[in-house]
Amino acid sequence: MSNWSNATIIENKEITPGIYEILLSAKEVAELAKPGQFINIYSSSEAQLLPRPISICEINKEEGVLTLVYAVVGKGTKRLSNMTPKETINIMGPLGNGFDIKTEVEESIIVGGGVGVPPLLELVKQLGGRKIAYLGFRSDIFLVEEFEKYCSKVYIATEDGSVGFKGNVVELMNDTNPAGNQIYSCGPKPMLRAVNEWAEEKSIPTQLSFEERMACGIGACLVCTCKTQKEHEPDWENRRVCKDGPVFLGDEVVWDV
Amino acid sequence: MSNISTKVNIAGVELKNPVMTASGTFGSGKEYSEFVDLNQLGAVVVKGVANIPWKGNESPRVAETYGGMLNSVGLQNPGVHAFIKEDIPFLRQFDTKIVVNIAGRSVEDYCEVAEALSHADIDMIELNISCPNVKEGCVSFGVNPLTVEDVTREVKKYCKQPLIVKLSPNVADIGEIAKGAEAGGADAISLINTLLGMAIDIHKRKPVLANIMGGLSGPAIKPVAVRMVYQVAQAVKVPIIGMGGISNGDDAVEFMLAGASAVAVGTANFFNPRATMDVKEGIEDYMKKYNIHNVKELVGNITYI
Repeated sequence: MSNWSNATIIENKEITPGIYEILLSAKEVAELAKPGQFINIYSSSEAQLLPRPISICEINKEEGVLTLVYAVVGKGTKRLSNMTPKETINIMGPLGNGFDIKTEVEESIIVGGGVGVPPLLELVKQLGGRKIAYLGFRSDIFLVEEFEKYCSKVYIATEDGSVGFKGNVVELMNDTNPAGNQIYSCGPKPMLRAVNEWAEEKSIPTQLSFEERMACGIGACLVCTCKTQKEHEPDWENRRVCKDGPVFLGDEVVWDV
Repeated sequence: MSNISTKVNIAGVELKNPVMTASGTFGSGKEYSEFVDLNQLGAVVVKGVANIPWKGNESPRVAETYGGMLNSVGLQNPGVHAFIKEDIPFLRQFDTKIVVNIAGRSVEDYCEVAEALSHADIDMIELNISCPNVKEGCVSFGVNPLTVEDVTREVKKYCKQPLIVKLSPNVADIGEIAKGAEAGGADAISLINTLLGMAIDIHKRKPVLANIMGGLSGPAIKPVAVRMVYQVAQAVKVPIIGMGGISNGDDAVEFMLAGASAVAVGTANFFNPRATMDVKEGIEDYMKKYNIHNVKELVGNITYI
């Protein structure tokens, strides 16, 4: 069930170069939202028509507020970044399936890369047990202090070494060798794959949230795909990242075909 | 309101209004039923189905372009048998007509799907010989009037329901192609499918789509589609279902004036989930404004001076 309505912008500011945080008053969507889900932000332009799928970073059900953290990557997100408080945008959500929160798990490892970091924040807020986070960035870091509030340890990796470990998050995981019973991860596909390989060696189950280009966002157009193992056949199939995902189990994802 | 009639008749099938969905943009209706009352649609045209499941093309399958988009899905589908089992019972809950788009890599494939559907509770079949994203079959049948005629005739033998033939715009003379479909026994013609296009990421210096080329759709292609509907209307007698960039009632009226008896809404569903309803209401508004009692009066009704 998702809601299609107008949301009012409460705040929209750059938190690090090229990365924006937007707060939306969207009571109905906030009510339904779970960690790992996303919303569609509809376009007001006749040139760039498609909605922008953006993951939910924080959910405040009491006040009916959603926080999203997004990167300006093209004309659509550039236009969004120029919008100001009190303006309204048309949104649909929550979309997709969020993370499956394993309440029985004692130790969770959270691994995020770039704009894959924001959707993990609401997850760590809702997740019980001990939590260790590995957050990777190109150069400028964001949301790290927020994660520190909810995690017992937050490791930082940057590609240029400007903050924390110089390299990627998986190299950092190899260096620090964390213990855990469940991994939750979101980021670019090569990172998810490396995280999954790391976890497989240690027999730790993973939940991976994928980023893909989308059009409809609701499962009709079939442009966003993730290859997964079929349940009862030795074959794979293309499943919809927007509707069947964006979170898939690491052991159902087929990487090489 | 009560004295306007929006009913149209396509090959003996009466639609309560001329608004259909374009195949591949509306799934099998389920996804949109949260936002659109499917009872309000003239017909739901479902995503293309083949004789067996197709995996579709590699990702990325989409590129946004100015006023439109490119897709290279490649007719991913669960196969006709899964479709009959799961999707038809869902759609039958609604008071709308069901049109099934069929895909194939060979004439035999198409015939097999048509035969499988012959006992299914559906209203029409749409023969897809115009998808630009599949190497074998599909559009290769749709670019020559003689092969269009042949494949139409063969598939028609297996159809228990009226047959719509969906044409590709990627041809030199759309009128000749339409004549081929009509000669082969098409009961109606729908057009246009997507225009073959391409986008290149200048920063990575590589094609945006994994399949390199894809089908262009959306408002950007509307004038091409209107022109082709107009040309086909001059060439054949069978009814025409017009599509290509329709996002509102005015667009739909334009297609009907060009000669379409019904219209289909495609890419607009992606950026406006209620686009079909906006189109339907927009047509009614136009009729009221110009005091038109029967929507059929619009079909091909243009003057030149």
